[in-house]
Amino acid sequence: MFLIDCPWCGTRPQSEFAAHGEAQVVRPADPAAASDAEWAAYLFLRDNPKGRLLERWVHRHGCRRWFTVARDTATDRIEAVYPPAGGPAGPPSGPAGGDR
Amino acid sequence: MSQTSRLPQGGRIDRARSLAFTFDGERLSGLGGDTLASALLANGRVLVGRSFKYHRPRGIVGLGAEEPNALVRLGSGAAAEPNARATCVELFDGLAAESQNRWPSLTSDLGAAAGLLAPILPAGFYYKTFMGPGAGAWRVYEWAIRRMAGLGRAPSGADPDRYEQRFAHCDLLVAGAGPAGLAAALAAGRSGARVILADMDREAGGHLLAEGDDLAVDGQPALGWAAAVAAELDGMPNVQRLCRTALAGLYDGNYLTAWEQVTDHLGPGRGGGLPRQRLWRIRARQAVLATGALERPLVFAGNDRPGVMLSGALRGYLHRYAVLAGRRVCLMTNNDSAYRTAIALQRAGASCILADLRSDGTPLAAAARAAGVEVLTGHAVTQAQGGMRVDRVRLRKMSESGGAMIGGLRKEAVDILAMSGGWGPNVALFSQARGRLHYDPALTAFRPAGGPQGLRCAGGADGATSLQAALDGGVAAGLAAAADCGFDAAPLPPLRAEEPDVPADGGAGRVRAVWIVPGEHPVGRGPKQFVDFQNDVTAGDLQLAEREGFSAVEHMKRYTTTGMATDQGKLSGMNALGILAEMRGTSVDAVGHTTFRPPYVPVTFGAMAGRRTGPLFDPLRRTPMQGWHERQGALLETVGQWQRPLCFPQALPDGKREDRAAATRREVLAVRHAAGLLDASTLGKIMVEGPDAATFLNRLYVNRFDSLKPGHCRYGLMLTENGTVLDDGVVARLDARRFHVTTTTGGAAHVLDWMEELLQTEWPDLQAWCTSVTDHWAVATLSGPLSREILAPLTDIDLANAAFPFMTVREGLVCGAPARIFRVSFTGELSFEINLAARYGRALWDCLLAAGSDRGLVPFGTDAMHLLRAEKGFIMVGQESDGTTIPDDLGMAGMVKGDKGDFIGKRSLSRPDMLRGDRKQLVGLLTAEPRTVLREGAQIVAPDAPDPRPGQKVPMLGHVTSSYFSPTLNRSIALALVKGGRARIGEAVKVPVMGGPPVAASIAPPIFHDDKGAAARG
Repeated sequence: MFLIDCPWCGTRPQSEFAAHGEAQVVRPADPAAASDAEWAAYLFLRDNPKGRLLERWVHRHGCRRWFTVARDTATDRIEAVYPPAGGPAGPPSGPAGGDR
Repeated sequence: MSQTSRLPQGGRIDRARSLAFTFDGERLSGLGGDTLASALLANGRVLVGRSFKYHRPRGIVGLGAEEPNALVRLGSGAAAEPNARATCVELFDGLAAESQNRWPSLTSDLGAAAGLLAPILPAGFYYKTFMGPGAGAWRVYEWAIRRMAGLGRAPSGADPDRYEQRFAHCDLLVAGAGPAGLAAALAAGRSGARVILADMDREAGGHLLAEGDDLAVDGQPALGWAAAVAAELDGMPNVQRLCRTALAGLYDGNYLTAWEQVTDHLGPGRGGGLPRQRLWRIRARQAVLATGALERPLVFAGNDRPGVMLSGALRGYLHRYAVLAGRRVCLMTNNDSAYRTAIALQRAGASCILADLRSDGTPLAAAARAAGVEVLTGHAVTQAQGGMRVDRVRLRKMSESGGAMIGGLRKEAVDILAMSGGWGPNVALFSQARGRLHYDPALTAFRPAGGPQGLRCAGGADGATSLQAALDGGVAAGLAAAADCGFDAAPLPPLRAEEPDVPADGGAGRVRAVWIVPGEHPVGRGPKQFVDFQNDVTAGDLQLAEREGFSAVEHMKRYTTTGMATDQGKLSGMNALGILAEMRGTSVDAVGHTTFRPPYVPVTFGAMAGRRTGPLFDPLRRTPMQGWHERQGALLETVGQWQRPLCFPQALPDGKREDRAAATRREVLAVRHAAGLLDASTLGKIMVEGPDAATFLNRLYVNRFDSLKPGHCRYGLMLTENGTVLDDGVVARLDARRFHVTTTTGGAAHVLDWMEELLQTEWPDLQAWCTSVTDHWAVATLSGPLSREILAPLTDIDLANAAFPFMTVREGLVCGAPARIFRVSFTGELSFEINLAARYGRALWDCLLAAGSDRGLVPFGTDAMHLLRAEKGFIMVGQESDGTTIPDDLGMAGMVKGDKGDFIGKRSLSRPDMLRGDRKQLVGLLTAEPRTVLREGAQIVAPDAPDPRPGQKVPMLGHVTSSYFSPTLNRSIALALVKGGRARIGEAVKVPVMGGPPVAASIAPPIFHDDKGAAARG
C-alpha cells in the first residue's frame, strides 16, 4: 500500500483513494459525430504500459476530489501528482494517455 | 524430575519455576523460559507429529519460526489453535498440546498406510489420477483426500479471545533485535529518530541467545551487551521496542504489518485486560531488516527421521535451554558452523562424530578433535535410519568430486543427527518489498542486491557471517537510515566483537554446495530424501517435475508444492533451487527464485479481524423506524449496509406466526385493496442544486429535466457511457435550481460518486452541486386505494387529485412536521411517499399506522414490494437488468429523449450491437400450470428443444429475471429477458428444471395487473 499526495489533503494512504484508470482520455466533444470505431476507442481502448502511466485517482474517503497521478506501473512509484484541469496547475500533456 | 535431557546447570531458564504441561494427554514438566519444543526435548521427546501427505513420524528440526514439523494443537474447544509451532510457543503452567494428523495416536497412526503407497503418490499424482468419471468426480476425491492429508483442524466455535489492531508511524523500523538490529536501533535512536524495533522473541539478542557465553561485545558477554542496549533503548522516549512481535508483511512504501502475541505466553484467561494478540500496521520512512540468517537442512536419505535436527538449533537448545537432545550425536555439515555445535555438545557430555562433506577440512577440525570430536573429512551420512527416532547412521567417504561414494560403509548408533547445509540470509521481508536478490556462490544462498528506496538489510540478512560484520552492518544501516530521515547522527564508536573459532575476516569457512548428498541409491529410488518436510516433497519429486517439463522455478514450486506450506519454504526454498539448477545443468542464478509473499509467519485470522467481528464487521445503517420493525419480529434482509424488513409475520389464532409466504400474500392484498405502509428510508436521496442543475441532469439521464416544471416528478433512467442501465429513480424538481433525486437503495453511493466524477472531470464548467441526503429523510410510503383518506386528516396539503396529481411533489406539514410528499407509485396503487426529517421518522410511522388501523392499513416489507411491482411490470435495476441491458431491452426506448442533445450513454445506443434484432427483451412469462412458480435465473428454451444432456448444446432464448406467485391474480407470474421477446408474445416456450420435467410457459406482455395504470392516477 503506497502513499499518495492528495493535492488538497496532503499525504494519505492508498486505501483512502480509488483509482479510475488512464487519465486524459478525452470524451469526444460531439459524440454523435464520432464513428463507431472512434467511439469504441474512447470507451474501451486504454494504454497498459509497463512504466509511467498518468492515472485518474479520487480521494474517495477524504475530500472526494479527482486528480491525476503519474505512477510507474512496474514499481508503484508515484512520480508526480497533478491537480485537475482548472485547478492551480493543469496536468501536463504527457506522453502517456494522450488525446483520443 | 523427568527432564532426562536437561543439564544440571546453564541455560537461560528459571530452574525455580517448574511448569506442568501435557502433550497428547501425558503430564510433563518444563521450566520457566522454556518453549514447548525445548520442554519436550528436555523430556526426551523428539517425535511430535505426523507429516502432511505420507503420515511419516516427524520430530523437532529447528529452533524458531523456521520449524517445519513441530506443529501442534494448543488448548481445546473454541479457543484451540491448530498448527502452532512448538518452537515458538512459550511454555506456561497448564499448557495442553496435542500432536496433529495422526489417528489413533502419534506412535500408531493408521494414516501411515499412505506411506506404503508412497511409490505411487509422486508429485502431480492427484492431478493425473483423479480425473473422472464425470466433471463432479474431483469433488468426491477431494473430500477423501482432504480427510487424509492436511495439518491441524480449525476449531468450529466462535473465538472467545479478544484481538486488537494498532497503527504506528516511525522514522525507522528495525526488524529483528539481534546484534545487527540492536546496533541499528541504537545508532538511529541516539540520533533522535523515532524508532520501532520489533522482534519475535521475548528478549533481545537474536542468535546470541542460542550461542554460548564465549561471545563478547566491547569486552562484556554478548548477551549482557544486548541486554544493556535493550535497556538503553527502552529508556529512550523516541524508541519503541516490540517483543513477541513478528513482522509478517512488508509492502510498498515501507508499510508493514506486525503480529504481536501480547498474552499468549501467559496462558488462556490470564491476560488480564490485555488482548490475546495485536496486529500492527506500521508506516516507516526507513526500514532496516536485520532478520538474520537461516540454516538449511541437507538433503539425504532418511533426513526426515525424528531426531534429525539442524545443527544450529541443537546448539541453541543446549545453550539457551540447557537441553542436551542426544548423547550420541552425529553431525553432517558442508561448512564450519557445525564444528561449534560439535565442540559444545562434546563439552556438555555428548560423544560426537562430525562428517564434513568438504574433503579439504578446516582449521577448526583441530579444535574439535582436541575437544574429543571424531572428525571425518570428505564423509557423508548416506542414510539416517530408525522408526520413531533416528537410531543409526550410515557413513561413507565421498570421492573428491562428491559424485560417488568410495570406501567402506560404517554404521554408527546415534540418537541425534545434526545437519548443516549452510546459512542463507533471511530475505523474505526484503523480497516481499521487491528487493532484488542475487546468488552468492560463496554463501551458497541468495542475498540482497539493491532494494527499493528506504530499505536496507543488515547483519545475517545481508550476508554477514560474523558477529563483527553484523555489528558493523547494523551501525552503518542505522546511521544511514537516520541521516536519510534528516537526523544528524553522532557516529557510534565502533563495536568490537570477540568471537572464538571465527577467522578475523569473518565467514563460516568455505561452504561446499552439496544439494543432494550422494546416497547408496539413485535419487528417487532409495529411501526418501526430503526437500520440503512440511509438504512432504522429496528430491525425487523435484526430479520428476523437471522431467515432466515443470522446470521453470515457479512451475516446479506449484507442481510439487515445494515451499507452499505454512513455513513458506524457509528451509526448503534454497535447496530446491540448488537441486533444480543441478538437474538443469545451469547456475542457481539462471534458475532464479520464487516470489516471497506475506505473511512471514502464519498470522491468526483473529488478529487480522481485530474488533471487526460480529456486529462490528460492517457498519450497520438503521432507519429511524428500524427499532419498530425489529420489535414486531419482521424478517430482515441485508441490502448493502441496511437491514430491510422482508415482511411482518403476524401472530395467528393458534399462537403460531405466519410464514414468509403467508405474510407477504396478506401484505400484497392489503395494498391492493386497502393500504400498506413501507419504510422506504433506505432509498438513495441526492439533492442536486445550482443554476446548471437541470442541464447537468439532462446530460446524466436519458430523460429531459429542463422541461420538468417545479413541483413535478419524473421517472429517470441513468446509463453508463456504454449505454447500459446504471440506475433508476424518481427526480423531483422543487424549484428552478433544486432537484430531489432518488436512486436505488444499493446504487446510492455509486450514483453520487458518478455525479461528482462527471462534474469534476467532464463538466467542471457546470454550476451544480450534489449532496447525499439519504440519511436526512425518513420515508414512509403509504400505498393503496385508501391511502388518501388515511393521510388527509394528518396533513395540511390538499390531497385531491386535481390539487395534487400523480407525479407531482408537494411540501407541507404531516403529523405536525415539515414534509415533502411525492405522489409516485412503485406498487401501482395510489401512493404517497412521505419524507420527513429523519428525527420525526418514527413518530410519522406510529402516527400513520394509528390513523390507518381501522381502515386495514398494514406495514409491508420488500417481499410484498417486489411482488407488487412485478405484477405491474416495473423493473428493478440489477434484477431485470444486468451490465448489458439497454433501455430498449426493457421497453423503455420511448423514455430516451434523442432531441435534447447529448447525454451519457447516448452515442453507445447506436452502436451496431445495440441495434441487433435478437437482443434479449423484457417480457412476461405465464406458466401453463398456474400454480407452478419458475425459478429466478432459469433458462428459457424453445418448446421443441431437446432435454439438456451433458455434452449437448441447447440454444437458450433467455432467462427468468423475477418470478412470484401473484396473490392479486391468484397465479404465478414471471418477468424474463427473451431474445426478440416482444415479437414472440403469445408463443410457447419451455423452462428446463434440474431434476424434473421442463415447465411449459407462454410469453406474455410484462404487465400483469392494471395495464392502463389507472389505480396510481386515481
